[in-house]
Amino acid sequence: MQLSREALLRAYRQMKVIREFEERLHVDIQTGEIAGFTHLYCGQEAVAVGVCEHLSVEDKIVSTHRGHGHCLAKGCDVNGMMKEIWGSREGLCKGKGGSMHIADVDKGMLGANGIVGAGAPIAVGAGISCKIDGKGHVAITFSGDGACNQGTTFEAMNMAVVTKAATIFVFENNHYSEHTGFEYAVGTNKDIASRAEAFGMKVWRGDGTDFFSVFETMREVLEYVRVPGNGPAAVEFDTERFFGHFEGDPQRYRGPGELDRIRAERDCLKKFRESVTAAKLLAHEDLDALDAEVLEAIEESVRQAKAADRPTAEDVLTDVYISY
Amino acid sequence: MAKMMYRDAVVSTIAEEMARDENVVCLGEDIVGGMGTPGGPEAIGGIWSTSTGLFGKFGADRMIDTPISESAIMGAAAGLALSGKRPIAELMFADFIGVSLDQIWNQLAKFRYMFGGKTKCPAVIRMAYGAGYNAAAQHSQAVHQILTGMPGLKVVMPTTPADVKGLLRTAIRDDDPVIFLEHKALYGVSGEVPDDPDYMIPFGHARLSRAGQDVTIVSTGLLLGFCEAVADKLAAEGIGCDVIDLRTTSPLDEEAILDSVEVTGRLIVVDEAPPRCSLGADICALVAEKAFASLKAPPLSVNPPHTPIPFARELESAYLPSVDKIEAAVRKVLSYR
Repeated sequence: MQLSREALLRAYRQMKVIREFEERLHVDIQTGEIAGFTHLYCGQEAVAVGVCEHLSVEDKIVSTHRGHGHCLAKGCDVNGMMKEIWGSREGLCKGKGGSMHIADVDKGMLGANGIVGAGAPIAVGAGISCKIDGKGHVAITFSGDGACNQGTTFEAMNMAVVTKAATIFVFENNHYSEHTGFEYAVGTNKDIASRAEAFGMKVWRGDGTDFFSVFETMREVLEYVRVPGNGPAAVEFDTERFFGHFEGDPQRYRGPGELDRIRAERDCLKKFRESVTAAKLLAHEDLDALDAEVLEAIEESVRQAKAADRPTAEDVLTDVYISY
Repeated sequence: MAKMMYRDAVVSTIAEEMARDENVVCLGEDIVGGMGTPGGPEAIGGIWSTSTGLFGKFGADRMIDTPISESAIMGAAAGLALSGKRPIAELMFADFIGVSLDQIWNQLAKFRYMFGGKTKCPAVIRMAYGAGYNAAAQHSQAVHQILTGMPGLKVVMPTTPADVKGLLRTAIRDDDPVIFLEHKALYGVSGEVPDDPDYMIPFGHARLSRAGQDVTIVSTGLLLGFCEAVADKLAAEGIGCDVIDLRTTSPLDEEAILDSVEVTGRLIVVDEAPPRCSLGADICALVAEKAFASLKAPPLSVNPPHTPIPFARELESAYLPSVDKIEAAVRKVLSYR
C-alpha cells in the first residue's frame, strides 16, 4: 500500500530522531556526565517505527533494556527522555528510572525493562486486558534473540495462546544476545519465529532494516490480532545493532569490518532514503531538511537536560506507594 | 454478623468485589479447574476452594484459568494492572514465589517508583502459606520475611475470617500491589464476619487479641492462636499478656508494638519463618532502638530453626514454634534478673 507523503516524512523523522538521539548519547556518555548503564538501539530504528506507526495510544507496548527506540516511536517526549537519561527530576520518570526504565503509561508505553525476558509476560497481561475490552486494541512485546531464550518468553507465548490474549511478540533478531552470537545461543540455530510457531501462533518474518518490510508485515499481523478471538501472533525481524551491548562495550566479538559493512549495507535510514527518492516519493531536499530539524531538536534536548533541575535527597522517599 | 470459614471469607469477598467493580479479574492455576477435561470447568474451583462458584458467576474472561506458568501469571497480573484492570492473581503455594519472583520483585513492586510515580499498579497476589500439613520443604513455607523486605509491596497476613474479609477488601481496592498471605492451616477455621458490604480494615493497624500488663507477644497467622492459648493459661496465674496480631507486616504498626512494650517492658515475637533476617529480628531491633528505656528484659524472638521444613509429623512439630516453646519464652523474659 502506498503511504502518503506526510506518513513517509513522519516515518523518516521518527527513525531519524531515534538515530540522532542514540548517536548523541554515544558521544555524551564518553564524557562521563551521564550515569549508569546505557544500551543503544541504533540500527534497529525501522522495527520500532515500522511497528509503532500502526499503533494508537490505546495499544500498549512493553520494551527492553534497549528501549529508547521503542519509547520514542510510541510517542514518549524526546526532551523528557533526554532529561531522564541525564538523571534530572524533570525527566519522564523524575530521574528515578533512567535509561533502562523509561515508561509513559498514558502513551501506552508500559516500560523499558532492565530484566531480559521480563516484558513478555507483562504484555500477555496487557493483551488479556485488550481481549476483555474487545475494542481491537493490542499489546506488543519487543524481545531480542537474547530474551527468546528466557523461560518467561516461553511461558508467555503459551499463556498468550491459551488465553487468546491480543498480544504480539515482536522478535528483533540483531544476532547478538549481549556478547554471544545467535548461532551459539539459540539452540535451533535457525530462527525465533519457528519457536513461536511451535507454541501454536501464526507467525510472520520481515527485514528489520527495511522500514517498508516492517510496516507492511505489521499491517498483516495487526489485521489478524485486532480481530477479537484470534489471539496472539509473532513476528521476527532480522536487524542489526550498530553499537555494543552496552555503552563502553569494546565489541571484540565483531568480525573484521563488520561494523562498517552493516552501516554501509543494512542502514535502515539509508535504505529508506534510497527507496523513496528512487521512487520519487520524496526529494533529497525534503529529507535533508528533516535531518537538520532533528539534529537541532536533539541538540535542544541536550541543552535542556543539562540545565534541568537535579533531584534532591527528599525525592528518594516519594513514589514508592500511593499510600502507606 | 455471619459465621463463616476463613476460606469462605476469601471467596465471598472476591465475589462481592468482582460484582462491585468489573475491572476486578482473577487469574491462576486451577482457579477454575477442570478446563480441557471431561469433568469440565469448575471441577476444582481452586485447590483451596477459594474460588468456588466464581467461574459460573463471572465467566472465563474474568476468571482466567492459567497453565502452570508462575512467572507468566505474575507478569500477566502486572500487565493487567498497568492496563487499567485490578487483577487478583493466585499463587497456589507461597513457596512458588521462587519461580516467579522477578515479576513480583523487579516488576510489580517497582513500577510506580521506576516510572516516577506516574502509574498505579493495583494488583493483589494471593498465596497459601505455612506449615501444618506435613507438606515438607517446598510446600510449607512462610515467605513474609522475603516479601516484607521489598519496598513497593504491602504484605497482609490475616488470622481470622473477619480479618480476611476486611483486609482482602482493602487489598482489592488498594491502588498499590498487595501480597495477601493466607495460612493454609486456617482455611477451615470459622468465625464471625461483619455483614457490611464495605467492611474494610486499614493496613498497618494491628489487632489486640488479648490484653495484659506483663508481657507483649507479637505474632500473626496460625501461631497467633498458640500465643492466645499461652496468654489464657498464664492469665490464670495472674500474668497478663498483650497479644498483638500484626495483620500486616508491611506497613508495620510500630506504634501498637511500642505502646505495648512501654507498659509491659517485655517483648516476645512469635514468627513462623526462620530466624535470620526475620520479622522477629526486625521487631526486636525496632524495640531495642525505640523503646530501650522501657525494657525490663531482652526482647526474644521465637522462630523455627535455621533449617528447611522437614516432612515427618514428629519433625514438623519439632520445627514449628509450639505453645510450650512460646510459654517457655514468656517465662524466660519474666524471670530475667
